[in-house]
Amino acid sequence: MEGFHTASTLHVRGLSVGYGGEPVQHDVSFDVKQGSIFAIMGGSGCGKSTLLKALIGLLRPSAGTVHFGGQDYWSMDEPHREDFGRRIGVLFQGGALWSSMTAAENVALPLQMFSRLSEDSIEALVQLKLALVGLDSGWKSLPADLSGGMRQRVGLARALSLDPEILFLDEPSAGLDPVAARRFDDLILELRDGFGVTVVMVSHELESLLAICDDGVFLDAATRTVIAHGAPKALLDNSDHPAVHAFMTRGAAP
Amino acid sequence: MSDEAAGPGVAIRVDGGSALVTLSGDWTLRIAAAAATPNPFADSNAWLDRQSLRAILFDAHGLGRWDSTLLLYLTRLRQLAAPRSIRFDDGGIPLAARRLLELLPDKTQAPAAATRRASLVERVGLAAVSIWTEAVAVTELLGWQVLKAGAAGVGRARMRGSDLIACLYDAGIAALPMVALVNVLVGGILAFVGAIELRRFGADIYIANLVGIAQVREMAAVMTAIVMAGRTGGAYAAEIASMQGSNELDALRVLGVPVQDYLILPRVLALTLMAPLLFLYASFVGIVGGFAVAVSMLNMSPAIFVAQIRDAVSMSQVGFGLTKSLFFGVLIAIAGCRIGLKAGRSSTDVGQAATQAVVVGIVGVIMLDAVFAVCANALNI
Repeated sequence: MEGFHTASTLHVRGLSVGYGGEPVQHDVSFDVKQGSIFAIMGGSGCGKSTLLKALIGLLRPSAGTVHFGGQDYWSMDEPHREDFGRRIGVLFQGGALWSSMTAAENVALPLQMFSRLSEDSIEALVQLKLALVGLDSGWKSLPADLSGGMRQRVGLARALSLDPEILFLDEPSAGLDPVAARRFDDLILELRDGFGVTVVMVSHELESLLAICDDGVFLDAATRTVIAHGAPKALLDNSDHPAVHAFMTRGAAP
Repeated sequence: MSDEAAGPGVAIRVDGGSALVTLSGDWTLRIAAAAATPNPFADSNAWLDRQSLRAILFDAHGLGRWDSTLLLYLTRLRQLAAPRSIRFDDGGIPLAARRLLELLPDKTQAPAAATRRASLVERVGLAAVSIWTEAVAVTELLGWQVLKAGAAGVGRARMRGSDLIACLYDAGIAALPMVALVNVLVGGILAFVGAIELRRFGADIYIANLVGIAQVREMAAVMTAIVMAGRTGGAYAAEIASMQGSNELDALRVLGVPVQDYLILPRVLALTLMAPLLFLYASFVGIVGGFAVAVSMLNMSPAIFVAQIRDAVSMSQVGFGLTKSLFFGVLIAIAGCRIGLKAGRSSTDVGQAATQAVVVGIVGVIMLDAVFAVCANALNI
């Protein structure tokens, strides 16, 4: 775990996040092991996406630390933070593709901005990334002309464009039909197995969580903190906390 | 059941410790809304206050169709019964209605605690702080843009050339027809209105001076700025606000791409470069408008009109107009972008941002123009 890959482990300690006033989540601690698919679970409005924002550098937490490898992200100076920002990839809800650019340009932009590769190599890399996520047409289309599933795939290709060490996914299968959602899950698994990339996903799609995640935390809206640690499957089988149980069994009586 | 609509009916018979509520007729919103039918809600509830009353029973055999009107009546009754410790026996109510009743709360919800209203001093203070923060933010944005415009000059800013070209096209060439239309009309109107007054003094010849000076000093810059505030300023705010809504700005921030460079700079540069050019174009077109009116309708000689214009419009006036239009361009672009960046994430925020950018742009341009007029007077330009 030394050297190159040290940044691909993530240690969160005592994190409090919120938008002024009362934190949405407080005292959140967990470790993400390298190469795992880690789930941040919880019901709607419990603060999953807010927590994610603090992990990817968009929202300064009111307390706590986020260690990538050895360093705390939020106590680093600005240039170091930006540098770390390029070692992670983020797939936002709905893809968040830049709407004035084609699919291929979306994937190419991070490479054009932050690599010294020639235009030819960038184009080759973009084609590779788009092929990897299974997009065989529509490279020259604007995001508005793509279907939701395709936008999501382009978003994933863009998140992968700088070959990140950690991939953050915000509700990756929300808004996809069951078949597309399943394929997207498979894709995430393949990418993890292929690149060894660590994946942190925020989701409340039970099927995806159970199918691909091997570790996770469960955030509770009432107590505003983590109430369970472990793989979704293990939580389904073992957790006796009523909120976790209700979530995992879609509200079936214990 | 007949199709004839029977209004909601309720009969209450109190017998010892229990009251039997007999429901009949159709309890639907449509029928209850018709004025002719008796309103069951208007009936007195005095019977509920009898000391001996212990339970309410229902008989719904005569009940026709029903919807939420019935539920409303039943919940009210239940809410009235609860504090009097009268048992609400829903056994006689149709099963479907009973299930729906179970979803509704027994008690009237306590109104949410009213949020404390800030005192006047507090509100004035908060407003002052927010104005100050906004002023700081706008100044910062403006300063950054000036610095980065220099960097862009030597090719060191993080923006895409194609974005700048698209913005230049949009703020420049695409605006030409509208700017031309507005300014031709303004030039023509000036000639017309001026002619009526000037003719009384036999000074028709000065129509050209009037059109030239008014157009170059004031109208071309201001009218063009108003068109640009409506067209481009509003569009900038809407574009950036909608990018905010779809997380596109977050996607840039995570990568460490400064939004000010990448999104704002091409827009500010485009409008700042194009506004003076549009001003020159607008001045020319406006004078052409005045010329057309003067020559065709007021019988002025073309040669004299041109000679008068050349005499009246000095380079210092063109320079004054150019300077103004440059500042108007910066103002409209910064206002549009700042309002877009500040917008919320919902779709109504996009519309609000666009409207606000147009209003701030137009009002700002006219206020700035007044400042220019005062300065020009002091400096004798």
